[in-house]
Parts: sequence; structure tokens; C-alpha cells
Amino acid sequence: MYLLKLVFRNALRHKLRTGLTLLGIVVAILAFGLLRTVVNAWYAGAESTSAARLITRNAISLVFQLPLTYQEKIRKIPGVAGVSHANWFGGVYISAKNFFPQFAIEASSYLDLYPEYILPDEERKAFLLDRKGAIIGKKLADQFGWKVGDVVPLRGTIFPGNWSFTIRGIYHGAEQKTDTSQFFFHWYYLNETLKRTIPRRANYVGVYIVGITHPEHAAEVSQEIDNTFKNSLAETLTETEKAFQLSFVEMTEAILVAIQIVSFVIIVIIMAVMANTMAMTARERAAEYATLKALGFAPPFLAKLIFGESLAIAVLGGAVGIACTFPVANAFGNAMGALFKVFYVSWQTVATQLAAALLVGAIAAILPTWRASRVKIADGLRNIG
Amino acid sequence: MPIPYSYSLRNLWTRKLTTALTVAGMALVVFVFATVMMLAEGLKVTLVQTGSYDNAVVIRRSSQTEVQSGVERAHAAIIEARPEVAFGENGERLASKEMVVLVAMPKRGSDSPVNVIVRGVSQTGLKLRPQVKLAAGRMFRPGASEIVVGKSIAERFNGAQIGGTLRFGLRDWTVAGVMDAGNSGFDSEIWGDVEQLMQAFRRPVFSSVIVKLNDPENFASFKQAVESDPRLTVDAKRESIFYAEQSEMLSRFISILGIVLSVIFAIGATIGAMITMYTSVANRTTEIGTLRALGFRRQNILRAFLLESLFLGIIGGIVGLGFASLMQFLSISTMNWQTFAELAFSFKLNAAIVFKSLLFALIMGFAGGFLPAARAARMNIVDALRAA
Repeated sequence: MYLLKLVFRNALRHKLRTGLTLLGIVVAILAFGLLRTVVNAWYAGAESTSAARLITRNAISLVFQLPLTYQEKIRKIPGVAGVSHANWFGGVYISAKNFFPQFAIEASSYLDLYPEYILPDEERKAFLLDRKGAIIGKKLADQFGWKVGDVVPLRGTIFPGNWSFTIRGIYHGAEQKTDTSQFFFHWYYLNETLKRTIPRRANYVGVYIVGITHPEHAAEVSQEIDNTFKNSLAETLTETEKAFQLSFVEMTEAILVAIQIVSFVIIVIIMAVMANTMAMTARERAAEYATLKALGFAPPFLAKLIFGESLAIAVLGGAVGIACTFPVANAFGNAMGALFKVFYVSWQTVATQLAAALLVGAIAAILPTWRASRVKIADGLRNIG
Repeated sequence: MPIPYSYSLRNLWTRKLTTALTVAGMALVVFVFATVMMLAEGLKVTLVQTGSYDNAVVIRRSSQTEVQSGVERAHAAIIEARPEVAFGENGERLASKEMVVLVAMPKRGSDSPVNVIVRGVSQTGLKLRPQVKLAAGRMFRPGASEIVVGKSIAERFNGAQIGGTLRFGLRDWTVAGVMDAGNSGFDSEIWGDVEQLMQAFRRPVFSSVIVKLNDPENFASFKQAVESDPRLTVDAKRESIFYAEQSEMLSRFISILGIVLSVIFAIGATIGAMITMYTSVANRTTEIGTLRALGFRRQNILRAFLLESLFLGIIGGIVGLGFASLMQFLSISTMNWQTFAELAFSFKLNAAIVFKSLLFALIMGFAGGFLPAARAARMNIVDALRAA
């Protein structure tokens, strides 16, 4: 017990220094947690996928589309439970800054494939009945303050013209990681308009979403779909929804790697600060350590003393930092809007933060302990700090 | 008489471990600060070199990129015939009718495909971009399934070497040459004959028309003419502005990330310097008293300790910049969100960044050292001498 008391007394001897070190650790752990959360948000699209869904797209790249006629051919392939399709719309709401994802979907089959988008029955019905209707996610609704019945004008970038949609429903996510920042409207509305304005672009879809009966046969079914359209004008590339989403993440891999490196650099910097604090503390107390040794305390006791103090400061700073992460992440996520589909602090992040704090505390104590244990009693007693 | 500089320097030398740790912290901060600025600068340099001021890009109205855009042949002919468009030496119009698509190709050493820009250019396409030179091989022949690749593409993708073939649009394309576009965005593109590529991709329309203006000042009248022509629904932009806008999001992201990180890091490093300096003051209370008793004034003490902290900062700054300058040998490639395509750019160090980084390091040193130095200067002579 007296060891603990000694540790805390020691930690509080230099209130200013301990306070500054604590502040440093709080900032570092907070920043670390925030960056990890940003990285997680990047992967959120891939996290919220289902193993029972495949995505079929044009093999050249997403810029190229697939003919509508593929839908029935895909449906006939064994193992396929349902097929829907979607087009990336890429419209601009007022200005390019208000970015949010918009998809033209074949509504009823799409909603059947995505049971995690929870929509009240009457709103679903209202959406299906209104060809110019749209449904939006909760997060998007909160961001722009949209309600059911509001009219949203969009300026087309890929599909020219001014478009307007009436919100017929707001869906919620079944889980925290479900993406509720999307905007869906009827593919048929898009297609009918294209038939009038740019007939050569009508009857094409961006991607097919394929529901499969047995997720463990995803590879075989994908292969079968791609073989069906081999050597045609629009060859396909089919992969699981997760692989599809990850391919987006990988395109910006360089930035992601940079953020990850930086998040560890923060920990290294704070390690240097903490190690510095402990080194100074130990140097000042060389005479005390010599006295303790002279009284018969063995080096392990000194080690406990120094490690205890270092860990106590690091863990306290870490705890405050973790506690701050939640409100700060919340504010940050709100400020970023739809840029990050989902933004929340996961328990893994908290665990890594705690581990980082412990690591900082432990590593900072190594050198001072080594010095303290090697200090010769006579030299130590002669030391005046 | 002021306290000699060597006093401050030697104090740092006496506490080697502490000095090293503090400097390491600061060096890391300056390293991150400088690297991010170098990255933003590299991106800017790449873009500045991509677009030229006397070219104009015409794309379909309200499309933001060439990939989204579509310009019909008849419309392209109208644009090409504008009187503001310059003539080449053989009397041809200096206008390139181009088709831009994205093709997903796996990078060397990974299976994950990235989007690469494939640009079909007219014969005049090269004349409009004097910065693009052939580094090796020869130009593609019109009418043949041949392509030339940018040097970033040649470095990063399988089969993108001279004599190699790339397959897209149901054809094998032979790589005839490698182009060096002077670190511009064209280094991350593949060029071929526009008519051949349009055939292969079954695209009946061009993506954009690039024209060279006979006088850069004629841009306003050119823009006014094509945008108000009732036969056309197009937007015209200066090429330099067009490319700057295309990576606005990426460069803004890099700068915001850089500022946020630098501020957070700077707090950490300043605290480190502060701890070091407070301890340094506390340990030398008697020494400070002695100096005061010898007749040095409070401001001398303040200056000596502040100097010590500034030395810490500047050493950290130099070390950090030293490591950051090594980053110039690297280049990174990532997806540009707006064009949805891969863009390679490198870290660029310039005098402004060196100056800003060192200033940043000095500010951190000053911020960390001021309060401790003030404490040292405020000490009472008698109390300080008695402290030991």
C-alpha cells in the first residue's frame, strides 16, 4: 500500500511538470483516437457490407455502364437469389460543397436486397408509388433538415439537366455502422428522362447488385456471371460487395497510409515528452534512490517506484484523453457531414488508445529505471541534482 | 554586458538525453509540418504544369470533369471554327478533339485495380501541350492500335513498357513510347489516337475540345461566344483553371489535414520544450542567483534562457527539415476524388517551405521557453542563492 502512496506522492511533487505532461498525453491520445476513427470511417463502406451480395460492374471501369438486358441473364444463373441495379447519379445540390451520394435504384428489388435500411411500411409504399419520389438516410436528413414531403432540386453532372425529387421516406440503419447518408430515387424516372433527352444512353445501368443464396459460393457465382458475358461488348467484373467497397478504399491508400503513420508519430512524440519528464525526474532524485538503496531497498523496488509513477501519469492522461475523444469525435463527425458515411469511436479504438498510453508510460520508465538501478550508492549520495 | 551565447549552448550539451528527446520531438513536428507542405506544393506544381494559360477546355455544360462530359462531333466542329482559335504552321486549327475514359488496371505488385485516364488525342494534341515530350520510343501512329504512356504509368503498371501491350476495349494496345510530361498530370495518363479509341470504346461523342487561343486575352470573347451559341450546351474554361479546380478537393484536404496535425503536434512539442526549460530553470536556481549577484540584469537572464529554448527549436527544425528533404526522392500516387482517377505527384521543397518550417520551429521554441525564462528572470537574488 505504501508503495502506491509513494508513487502518487512522487507524481505530485512537481505539479507543474506533471500537469504539463498530463496535458501532452491527453492531447496525444485524443489526436490518436481521432485519427484512428477517421481511418475507420474510411473503411466504413466495407465494414457495413453483406457477404450475401455481389456487385457486377463493367470490367473496363465504373465509368462504363452495362446494358439493362443483363439483368435477366444474371437472374438465371444458379445460386442467384435476386438482382437489382443502381446508377451513380452524381448530382449537385445547390453547390458542389454539399456533396452526398445519390443513386438511381430499381426500388423494390433494391430495398429487398438491403434489409438493413429500415423504412416504415407506409413510407416505402409512398416511395414506390411516386415515380419522382426519393428516400434518404437519417444522417442526410439531419444534415440538411429535410422532412418527408420536401422537394430536393439536383443539378445533373453525369446526366444533364435539372432534376427534382420529393422525399417520400427517411430510412434508419439497422446498425450503427449502416450508411445513412445516401439518397435513393427511381431508376425508371432517370431512364424515362434519358429516353427523351439522350436516347443512346437509356437502358444502361451502372452496377448490378446480385443477392446470392449461399454466401460461401460467392466465388463460383461471380465467375459464372463473368463467364456469361465474356467477349461481349460489355465484359463484367463481379466481386463481393466488400471487395467492391475496398477497391475504393485502396484507391486512396496513400492518404490512408499517411494518416496511419502520422497517428503513430503522435505517439512517438508524446513518448519523447514523457521519457524526458521521467529522465529529469530520475536525475533529480538520484540522491533519493541512493538513500533508498543504502536503506536496503533492492533495485526491483526502485523499478516499481519509477514504473508506477510513469504508468500512473500515462494512464491518467490516457483516460482523460479517451473520455474527451467521444465528444470531440462527435463534433468532428457533424462538421464533416456526409464526407464520412459513418463516424463513431469503436471499442477497438478505445482499446488501442489505452494500449498506447500504457506503452508510453512503460517505455518512458525504462531508461530512468536502468540508470537508477545502476547508480552507485556513494555517487548517488554525492549527487546534488 | 549580456550573458555569452555559449552559456546557453553549453547548458543544452550538459543535459544530452533531455536535449536529445526534446529536439527529437520538435524535429518530428517540423518533419510532419514540412512534409505536408511539400506534398501540397508538389500537387500544386503538378497542376500548374498540366494546364496552360493560353489553352481553353470546352466540356458539356455542368459536367465537372472530362470523363462526365460529352461533346458531339458537329458541336466540336463549331467550336473548332471559332475565330479566336489559333492556326498552326500548316494552316490547321490548333484544336484537339479528345475522348477521355477511365480504365481500371492493377498496379504493379498489387492486385487492386486503380483507375487510369486513357486520353484519345487528335494530331494537334501534342502541339497544344509543349510540356509533353517523348522520353523514349516514338509517338503512336494514327490509325493503329498504339498508345504512348506517361512516365508514372510506365513505372507503376505491368505491361506499360515500350513494346508491351495493355488490353482494354476488346483490343491489345502496343506501347509505342513513353512520354515525359515534365511532372504534370499527363505523366499519369495514357494517350492514343482518338478515332481508334472511340471505336474501341463504342463512344460516338468526344469528351472535350481543347483549343489554343490566338491571343490569351481573347478567352473572354471565346467563352462568351461558345456559351451563348444556341446550338451548343457547353462550358469553356481556361486550361490552367480547369486543372486547378479538378484537384481543389484533394489539395484542400491535404492542407486541412496538415494544419490540424501541425497544431496538435505543436502543442505536444511545445509542452515538451516547456517541461525541459522549467526543469532547466529549477535545477539552476543557485546559478541564476549567482549570475544576478555578479551583476547580470533580469533581462539578461530572460534572454539567456529564451535563447536556450530557441536553440532547441532551431536544432529540431534543422533536423526535421533534413529528414523532410529526403522525402523529395519519393513520389506518391493516389486517387483524385474529383476525376476519380490516379494522379502521381511528388514532394517539393522550396525556400518558402524552409523558411516557414524554421519559423515554426522557432515559434515552438519561443512558446515553450518564454514562461520558464520569465520565471528565471523574476527570481529574487537572495532566495535564489539560498535555494541550494
